[in-house]
Amino acid sequence: MSKRRGGGESLPVPVLALAVVAIAFFALPLIGLLWRAPWSNAWTYLTDDDALTALRLSMVCSLWATGLSVVFGVPLAWLLARGTFPGREAVRALCTLSMVLPPVVGGVALFFALGRRGIVGQYLDQWFGITLPFTTAGVVVAQTFVAMPFLVITVEAALRQLDTRFEDAARTLGASRWYIFRRVTLPSIRPALGAGAVLAWARALGEFGATITFAGNFPGTTQTMPLAVYLSLETNPEEAIVLSLLLIVISFGVLVGLRGRWMGRAEANMATVVP
Amino acid sequence: MDGPGRSEHGNGGAVTLSAQIGLQLGALDLQVDFEVQPGELLALLGPNGAGKSTVLRCLAGLAPIDSGEIRIDGTIVDNPVTDTLVEPEDRSVGFVFQNYLLFEHLSVLENVAFGLRARRTPKVSKAKARSVANDWLGRVGLADYAHQRPGTLSGGQAQRAALARCLATNPRLLLLDEPLAALDAGTRATVRRDLRRFLETFDGMRVLVTHDPVDAYALADRVAILDAGRIVQIGTLAEVTAHPRSRYVADLVGVNLVAGTVAGGVLSTASGATVVIADAPDGPSFAMIRPHSVALARVPADGSSTRNAWRGVIVDIDRLGDRVRVGMAGQLPLTAEITTGALDALALQPGEDIVASVKATDIEVYPS
Amino acid sequence: MPRHHRYLAPLAAVGLVLTSCGSDDLAIPTSGSDVAGDVTVFAAASLTAAFTEIGAVFEAEYPEAAVVLNFAGSSDLVAQILQSAPADVFASADTSNMDRLVSASGHATEPSMFATNVAEIIVQPGNPLGITGVVDLANDDLIVVQCAPEVPCGRYAAEIYANAGVAVIPKSYEENVNAVVTKVRLGEADAGIVYATDVIGAGDAAQGVAIPADANVIAEYPIAAVADAANLVGAQAFVDFVLAAESQSILAAHGFRTP
Repeated sequence: MSKRRGGGESLPVPVLALAVVAIAFFALPLIGLLWRAPWSNAWTYLTDDDALTALRLSMVCSLWATGLSVVFGVPLAWLLARGTFPGREAVRALCTLSMVLPPVVGGVALFFALGRRGIVGQYLDQWFGITLPFTTAGVVVAQTFVAMPFLVITVEAALRQLDTRFEDAARTLGASRWYIFRRVTLPSIRPALGAGAVLAWARALGEFGATITFAGNFPGTTQTMPLAVYLSLETNPEEAIVLSLLLIVISFGVLVGLRGRWMGRAEANMATVVP
Repeated sequence: MDGPGRSEHGNGGAVTLSAQIGLQLGALDLQVDFEVQPGELLALLGPNGAGKSTVLRCLAGLAPIDSGEIRIDGTIVDNPVTDTLVEPEDRSVGFVFQNYLLFEHLSVLENVAFGLRARRTPKVSKAKARSVANDWLGRVGLADYAHQRPGTLSGGQAQRAALARCLATNPRLLLLDEPLAALDAGTRATVRRDLRRFLETFDGMRVLVTHDPVDAYALADRVAILDAGRIVQIGTLAEVTAHPRSRYVADLVGVNLVAGTVAGGVLSTASGATVVIADAPDGPSFAMIRPHSVALARVPADGSSTRNAWRGVIVDIDRLGDRVRVGMAGQLPLTAEITTGALDALALQPGEDIVASVKATDIEVYPS
Repeated sequence: MPRHHRYLAPLAAVGLVLTSCGSDDLAIPTSGSDVAGDVTVFAAASLTAAFTEIGAVFEAEYPEAAVVLNFAGSSDLVAQILQSAPADVFASADTSNMDRLVSASGHATEPSMFATNVAEIIVQPGNPLGITGVVDLANDDLIVVQCAPEVPCGRYAAEIYANAGVAVIPKSYEENVNAVVTKVRLGEADAGIVYATDVIGAGDAAQGVAIPADANVIAEYPIAAVADAANLVGAQAFVDFVLAAESQSILAAHGFRTP
């Protein structure tokens, strides 16, 4: 029995047992789905027009939501990490509020802000003819609302841990602050940015309550996969299972595939240090 | 403002770095005033916490000063009174940081090219920046490492890369913060030699911070001793060590330094000890006593020609080959250097009473 | 007050005895003291207001019993029961969902019709857009919402459009009729197809536009005790209570019509 070879740490047994329970906790629902899936009918469900439309809509909207989360979330994270202004804690709590809010409540709140009679929404409607409820844009808004905090929190933590002396070095070399942000700061937090984006994307993909409340449910426009699954569960549970598995397979693929790209670099660096 | 840093050489030449810095930063109260001539390398030497790195940060623009003025090449870069502050990115300053701070996500070549590509004026094309960077890498002997990551470089190589990176932007003022501290003792000597050769080819001003006097000796033209935020001595290393004016330098050189006031041929210290000295003008003065001039005895010698004898207690005994350094605490703390033979003859042990004596003619006194 | 959305039903010894009899004919309790414990009632969303009131009266009549209510779209409720949610009574907004439950291997017994409802168009108070009938809903500029086709109310809406000979594309298919009412009340939607009882229930917050009888549908509401209910005695008592005069007048007050 060689305890010396093999590299990694060995966990104490109680800790290991808890970890195994946790793995089982996550694996069992997936196994349950696979067990009850109607494999003989699966193909018809998968190629159903409505299902494919819902899938396409889900992917498009969640990617848009992730993009918006990055564009607006990274500057916000930077402000929260580096800015010194009164009420910073309150601002941080505000921006991550939707993480703890029940999604349906978030949807209702979005109504009151951006709906046809909303504080801002009414002007969008009157002046620009822009309405968000019942549109695909509304889906993106609802998804961004719930997903962005995940990215903000991840990136803010990474920015706080950054060694600012590298930015000092860049300044002495003549770089402007914007150049430093693009060429030094952002590359340094790339793993965290990637992880945050993936988290946000996953959250957006699975969003249900805020979407159906704010954007509504219409095939092709606002009926994303979670909505389609929920409604089909009422009348055709087998179809629901197949659609759920499809969503799981896609999410799984993305998570596993991206992990190598975004998080792998950090592991590779560590591998060269250990002799 | 005439401080100890002001040049007494009076060569009338172009003084291109003029720094009068007043800054309060946490527990540090910094008040310094010095100049650096073109082509000169000034070393800031001193204990930790003296403020040496802070001075460099002020010169680079990373720490704005509270009072005073910093002028590089005749241009005021920092003056709180006129509210002038030139940002680091706009100063012609190169900074080699203590841990080199090479950008991990860029190759060595891209690191060296960074400054050229970052500057907006003059706009340098990517190809031109790379070619200049390759040029510099060749000059520091790292041409083969151009496409590697900084993490794969050894300490000495990283230092050269950091040097190339800031020299590539052609700065007027080069700042080095403990450039050899991160290296192990074995490589330090070689790198020091290479660094000296390299720095000699740089014609701008150079300010180097170090806690190792060997660095100062090898690399510097002048040395400024910084202690608790003040410059206590400035001059060539020979000048400074010939007449130490601070505990730090005295320890560096390895001599005893007694501070006090001279009156009528006797130097009196604040603690009440008296030292009889040979001719010296009255006034606040330093007395330097070399350890090998200190004689130790168990009882005061009667009728000896020395009029300086102090009682004390032995606190430590350090053997250095065939010599021994004996530290004595008492009214006048002293370190004596005697032979091992003498040590054995006296059978000295820490904690024992001892009497130290010095001839007045062996004491060098100079005004403080 | 009846508690809502609780799924815990205690095991009733009486229930065990009765299920061991194993026949479709259920014994009718002869006295109030037999009826005790939690009675879990799954009812269509449109019955929210009426059944809440009926539940309170039932509890007053049978002090040992407590009514636990769960409201959702009828199809949603059937899905839950088929996944073994602990219901004692099921009240549906249409017969097809009840049939679905019955045909799934003997789950429900003896469905009885206890009310009917008609559909109505719901609009904002004052009818600002001047909607007069189903034909107006075909206007693409209007934001029309309705229930999803899986939900009874949604199917009725499709029938009504077919009867009236119009093609209406709504902007959203909601999970249940309450959500439709909410969106119109909030002003986010201009009109929706709901039940007449919902328009009454909304009070001043909304207004109704009647649908003529030749286009309209009659929604038939069946109620039944779920066969393997934990509290079979209580379930049957509740079903009988709903069919009795007192509950019928409550239902009428909320706008339901006679079965």
